Amino acid sequence: MGAKIKLIEYYLPERILTNKELEKVYPEWSATKLEKKVGIKQRHIAGPNETSLDLAANAATKLLEKEDKNLIDFVLFCTQSPEYLLPTSACLLQAKLGLRTEIGALDFNLGCSGYVYGLAIAKGMINSGLCKNVLLVTGETYSKFIAEDDISNRSIFGDAGSATIVTYSEEDMLGEFVFGTDGNGAENLIVKELTARNSYILPTNGRPTLYMNGPEIFNFTIETIPPLLQKVITKNKLQITDINYFILHQANKYILEFLISEMCLDISKCHIDMLNYGNTVSNTIPIALKDSLEQGRIKEGDKVLLAGFGVGYSWGSTIITI
Amino acid sequence: MNENFLTLFADALEKEPSDMSMDDEFRNYEEWNSLAVLAVIAMIKQNFNITIPRKDFDELKTVSDLFEYIQAHR
Repeated sequence: MGAKIKLIEYYLPERILTNKELEKVYPEWSATKLEKKVGIKQRHIAGPNETSLDLAANAATKLLEKEDKNLIDFVLFCTQSPEYLLPTSACLLQAKLGLRTEIGALDFNLGCSGYVYGLAIAKGMINSGLCKNVLLVTGETYSKFIAEDDISNRSIFGDAGSATIVTYSEEDMLGEFVFGTDGNGAENLIVKELTARNSYILPTNGRPTLYMNGPEIFNFTIETIPPLLQKVITKNKLQITDINYFILHQANKYILEFLISEMCLDISKCHIDMLNYGNTVSNTIPIALKDSLEQGRIKEGDKVLLAGFGVGYSWGSTIITI
Repeated sequence: MNENFLTLFADALEKEPSDMSMDDEFRNYEEWNSLAVLAVIAMIKQNFNITIPRKDFDELKTVSDLFEYIQAHR
């Protein structure tokens, strides 16, 4: 008994924010330098009335053009920008997609590690016989939390939605998982306003605003990710040379190149492509997987290492077989 | 050693070492921005294998402060 990824689709909002536009607002930031360093040329930004749920639903709709929606027996929705405080966005998604009512649906709140956790939950549910076809959906709109004058975050983050069907398979194509959590890093990537801890108060004329301590997040990443990859390879009883392709969370090119060099990985086996998307949080891994499959960078039988890491801190990794 | 460090620091900032001195307050460099911070963190990790907690880093003012911190924590 096992589980496998059957289909992936993603959706990007229409509006595009280019480096050229950012350069006009912040002349001290060169568009070409930004592209060269962080590996991002443009990012998609959700419209004023477009939510994470909308992006996720659009991705799921594309997916359900190829799959009988009545097969879905569980919905997992990963987002940190839910439609409402309550009810659960996944319940709204069930209605929006016209899925059966005899199914389970829940949200889980994770960021850059979310897709790997979603695969783990789906695998656990399928392997224990709770369900057969899980619709794993991610949707994120960090742009709505980013202050107008916050050039660092505006240049990095983009909005997107993704949908994946994880289905029952005779052979287990989703390998062993390694997880990690360190809530001591919570303050380094956080949105504090309009939350229980702050009595649901918003500053006058204010909005919930994302704070990121970039240097601390970078420190966390370079300390945590190399051992994480070692652990997941060992846990799957593989050697590093058995891995055909590495898809790490596409945080930015600078961080990825640093990690690749630290771990002496073959850069041609590592996915670095957020040029047209930016860092789309929980969407980067499904986008990378879908693009890699379509572009022939990975093929049937390949072992692909996935690793997500970030806000929480939360991190997780697994090795899948395509 | 000091000179080597100044060169490494200059490379990270894509600056000429001749335009810099160990007594400079590095946050005053026009090249100093959020990307430069990452470049300096990466340079320190790669060359000295240490990461500097943000609260310590914020206390360091000059290139020389940074150099001495690294010497003390290697």
